[in-house]
Amino acid sequence: MKLTKTLLAGTALALVAGGASAQEMADEMTIVSWGGAYQNSQLKAYVEPYMEMHPEVSVTWDESSAEAVAKLRAMNEAGNITWDLVDVVAADSIRLCDEGLAMEYDPEDLLAEGDDGTSAEDDFGDLLVDDCFIPQIVYSTTFGYRTDLVPEGADAPSEICDIFDLETYPGKRALEKRPINNMEWALLCDGVDKEEVYDVLATPEGQEQALAKLGTIKDDVIWWSAGADTPQLLADGEVFMGSTYNGRLYSVIEEQDQPVGMMWDAQVFDLDGWIIPEGLDEAHLARVKHFVKFATDTQRLADQAQYISYGPARVSSAPLVPEEMKQHMPTDPANSGNTFLYNYEFWADYRDDIDAKFQAWLAQ
Amino acid sequence: MSLVIVQPKPASFAAGVVAAFGAFFGLFFGTSQGSGILGIIAGAVVCGALAWAAVTFLREKETVGRWLFILIFAISGLVTSGLSGMVFGGLLGWLFGVITFFVASGRYRTAMPPYSTPGQVLWYYAFRTIAGAILVFLITPILVVMPLSFNAEDFFTFTPEMLKFDPAGYSLKHYRDFFTNSDWQQALWNSLRIAPMATILSVGFGTLAAIGLSQPHVPFRRAIMAILISPMIVPLIISAAGMYFFYSRIGLQGTYLGVVLAHAALGIPFVIITVTATLVGFDNSLTRAAANMGANPITTFFRVQMPLILPGVISGGLFAFITSFDEVVVVLFVGSAGQKTLPWQMFIGLREQISPTILAVATILVCISIALLATLELLRRRSERLRGMSPS
Repeated sequence: MKLTKTLLAGTALALVAGGASAQEMADEMTIVSWGGAYQNSQLKAYVEPYMEMHPEVSVTWDESSAEAVAKLRAMNEAGNITWDLVDVVAADSIRLCDEGLAMEYDPEDLLAEGDDGTSAEDDFGDLLVDDCFIPQIVYSTTFGYRTDLVPEGADAPSEICDIFDLETYPGKRALEKRPINNMEWALLCDGVDKEEVYDVLATPEGQEQALAKLGTIKDDVIWWSAGADTPQLLADGEVFMGSTYNGRLYSVIEEQDQPVGMMWDAQVFDLDGWIIPEGLDEAHLARVKHFVKFATDTQRLADQAQYISYGPARVSSAPLVPEEMKQHMPTDPANSGNTFLYNYEFWADYRDDIDAKFQAWLAQ
Repeated sequence: MSLVIVQPKPASFAAGVVAAFGAFFGLFFGTSQGSGILGIIAGAVVCGALAWAAVTFLREKETVGRWLFILIFAISGLVTSGLSGMVFGGLLGWLFGVITFFVASGRYRTAMPPYSTPGQVLWYYAFRTIAGAILVFLITPILVVMPLSFNAEDFFTFTPEMLKFDPAGYSLKHYRDFFTNSDWQQALWNSLRIAPMATILSVGFGTLAAIGLSQPHVPFRRAIMAILISPMIVPLIISAAGMYFFYSRIGLQGTYLGVVLAHAALGIPFVIITVTATLVGFDNSLTRAAANMGANPITTFFRVQMPLILPGVISGGLFAFITSFDEVVVVLFVGSAGQKTLPWQMFIGLREQISPTILAVATILVCISIALLATLELLRRRSERLRGMSPS
């Protein structure tokens, strides 16, 4: 009896102690993001306000999101996790989650309710693509073109297939050096129905067809790999049109005043968000959870849209986006007449195979 | 009184030489306009014809001829691409004018002994031309960066305003960004904290190792030397990955000390090599003489050996410093975001956001490097003068 009591007391004590230590939060956080204007929007919208409320917290930025998967693997292998919160695209989150490198979480527990009372799970809806991903924004990959280089007598390009129309729109094009998006656009412009694009692309003949279509403009393509490339090429006048992230184009057009126009047709939506690395110690995890709850609430995600033209991931944030920013959002009805959503399942299954073919085709 | 006979050369000869130069420059203009071959032909024809005309009609009036060259090139530059075209055109015209009359007057023979064959004369000038071209090839990328760093826009682009020398096209805002942006200042501060510490460690360990390894009685000297030099030979990425896993296990990954130690390991080979080279000329009987007079080994080292091998130690230290200051691969692995150095910041800046702030930093670094090397050279000359040696 006495023994049981002691045991119970001990357990209770341990629980209290455990609870108490969970409340103790680390004072420093290392946040991994993409640098540039996007990281700046995160800084302004939620990191600075958070630090104002909690002056004891210091934040170190690491602009390593581009190689987050490789680095997290290495950290895991070395048993030394030095990152607290990592910004990744949804496709990377799915890989990290599968490999057990990202922490699984419960949306109802970790994330705040929407300001209209919707549960977090409903507010984010389909954007919770796996058990680890904490969505922040919806962005799109789309095309920009030089308004001053549009040939005389021709209309400004407005349809995706203008990319492949070398006769009307001569000049170099910038395309991303990977098959994703390019293959879909090629098939769409080679007469394949939008609904059937992925069925066709799953077959070797369909892949050949897409590459053949890309082959018609291959000599006029400059391949890019970093988000900053296309804005630079457009500002230089080195390319006539090029694909990049819509926020980058917004910055080129609105902030840098370059003669560049936006083409929204067949833009491809993608998601970006946080993951929490697996294996953080108690104190760091507590701090990160506390921060994430704040940083992904309705108001904070809407605030971010003031600084960059990416759509907030919460449904409840949409009405709070400033009026003058709405027209630049990829999700605005005027811009989203014809859109794709990055097909995570398809590319998870076919990426290695099509990547290999694409690289071989590039080298020919 | 010179023995060399300076004979005027026929116009066709001068025209041929100038046409060759014209073809060379025409290649660049042609490539930038879309057709290299067309540029070569046009350059050769235009320059050859100009040189022929100048020599035929103005052989005696050299000054007038040279000014005409400058004028013609400057005006065609002005017409095709504005004010900056005029400046470049003027420079080219000056160059072609000088070459034309230098060749036509036969003065090029004065630098050579009178008995040299045409082949030797040709090689004499071809050699200098090639050397000059290599210098231009090496230095142009650095020079292009400098005006771009004063760009008023946020891209790596020579804007039309810049080419017109319009003051509105230029700005110091990227320099302001560097000096006010906390990311860049933190990176600069990190570099300045890491590089000197790494240099001190490299110089200390490297000098000791070099002295030890130069003693004939040390066993396995060559094997030890090879191991110590290996960080220089093994691909950097392999050292970096190895260091990452090793330092993670012992808790040094992501710490200031870890980065300093990693950079010291990279710098040691440079110090060993330069100090070993100076030790070859060191006379060991000097240390025995010092010992004979009652100096202990430490006094001997600092009073006798150190001053004599100091040039090697300093240049090794300089290499170690530059290695640490320029290094990006190892610090990406061994450091964490808290040890973000200047090259790291430049690397991510270039990848994520092509901002001319990088060019401003590059320009500042180039100026610092030049100042550093110039100071070193002046100090060397001064010490040689003090020792009564003439600078070589």
